[in-house]
Amino acid sequence: MSKLMVTRRRFLGLSAAGASSLVLAGCDQFDFLGDRENQVRGVLSKANDLTYHVQRALVGQQALAREYSESEIRQGQRPNGSRDPDTAEYLALKANDFADYRLKITGLVENPASYSLAELRNMPERTQITRHDCVEGWSCIAKWTGTQLGPLLDAAKVKANARFIVFHCYDDMGSLFSGPELYYESCDLVDGHHPQTILAYGLNGQTLPVANGAPVRVRIERALGYKQPKYVHTIELVDGFSQFGKGKGGYWEDHGYDWYGGI
Amino acid sequence: MSAETAGSTSEASRPQKGPLVYRQALLTRITHWTWAIALFFMLLSGLQIFNAHPALYIGQESGFEYDNAVLAMYGVTKDGAAVGQTRAFGQTFDTTGVFGVSGTPERPTYRGFPSWATIPSYQDLATGRVVHFFFGWILVAALFVWFLSSLVNGHIRRDVLPMGEDIKGLPQDVADHARLRFHHGRSYNALQKIAYSVVFFILFPLIIATGLTMSPGMDAAFPWLLDLFGGRQTARTIHFSVMALLVLFFIVHILMVFAAGPINELRSMVTGWYRTSPNTPRQEGDRP
Repeated sequence: MSKLMVTRRRFLGLSAAGASSLVLAGCDQFDFLGDRENQVRGVLSKANDLTYHVQRALVGQQALAREYSESEIRQGQRPNGSRDPDTAEYLALKANDFADYRLKITGLVENPASYSLAELRNMPERTQITRHDCVEGWSCIAKWTGTQLGPLLDAAKVKANARFIVFHCYDDMGSLFSGPELYYESCDLVDGHHPQTILAYGLNGQTLPVANGAPVRVRIERALGYKQPKYVHTIELVDGFSQFGKGKGGYWEDHGYDWYGGI
Repeated sequence: MSAETAGSTSEASRPQKGPLVYRQALLTRITHWTWAIALFFMLLSGLQIFNAHPALYIGQESGFEYDNAVLAMYGVTKDGAAVGQTRAFGQTFDTTGVFGVSGTPERPTYRGFPSWATIPSYQDLATGRVVHFFFGWILVAALFVWFLSSLVNGHIRRDVLPMGEDIKGLPQDVADHARLRFHHGRSYNALQKIAYSVVFFILFPLIIATGLTMSPGMDAAFPWLLDLFGGRQTARTIHFSVMALLVLFFIVHILMVFAAGPINELRSMVTGWYRTSPNTPRQEGDRP
């Protein structure tokens, strides 16, 4: 009898020891992975390249993100990130209701171009009710109206050595501490030519509000929210990211997020 | 008391040891320990990701102007003190110190799960994602290797899928487990088979598929994922719930290892060799 009693007591004691070592292990032993320059983190991050390539192979280039019905719009589009940019250039444009706004297409193109808001609105229009998935985990369904990016890229004649599209924005994400850090993002040419990739100027039947990126925000519907830059002024075709920010292809990428952003 | 009496008599009158049998193939053992490591990191990085928006919803989207939340963790200030609250299915609980608000009373932090449960210990969604997706690939790769090798070497048929015999013996097996009286056989017992089958054929596929449903890229490739799980936010809620079930499985798994004899169980999961109960019929290839 005593033998089993001991076994039971030991069993409980050992279980408690096992549980507490698990708890301790979760503490801060792995905080080094938060260091953006850490080599182990660099190895783990390679999984994101794998995800990107596997998804590109698995997902048809033209495969559409789900589009929802009007009845599924049950709330306003929740704004996140910058909601009211205060750079001087942006404030000047906003004061004039964006009448002087120009969207520039530059970089590795044969025909650089520049469009006013009125010109963009006169182009063929696409309206899509889609789900915005934030990297934080929440989702929000809204109706976006704009013009497709693909035909604008075709008109600009993208050079053969261009690999990515960089979107330059007016909003400054920096602080007193970091200095100015203008938001920018990028995507590959597959997403650039995707039918649902639009330069949106309308939201839920209204003019795109400042909180959601007025006058123009990019929608890339098969990616997370941070891949959909707001307050865009320049679209630049490039063959790499080294000359922008910290060279990772976007503001959030420079701060440790994955470039693909499709998962 | 009767169980203990029965236990002591059988221990005392133990005639001799049963044979040492080779129970776990090398790939079974390698994948087991791979999962142990991968699931540890997936859990703690997953809770880090959850903490970026510590609420769960039913449907396609998250209700901000209406309420479709089934779980939310948040902090409020009451009489100048930080109070952590958890709202689940409309009921609100005070969970200060664990969910919503944790840390010390002098320096409370507002976060869903406490810092000891996340990697990194501080709020860092980007790093949580790096860790989670890396080990997600490891988990899936190990599962692929396990399925192939276990089909070939008979592990699934012999040890994992419950057969008619197991179902017949189930009441006896439940009674034995309740008395912590274990029969160490050549193959797994009925409750073990059921537990492992649930993990391999229900929980693992479910947590992987709901994880993929959260990917806007995968939703474009396989839109039926959204219909199957009732929307991206429902998929996220299921993903979280399956996590809780896997944690429950892990706790029972560890308790059973200690209850059934930790040395023997660990040896078999490291070397493959398992000491069976006395009177187990010997077969060719057994060791004394």
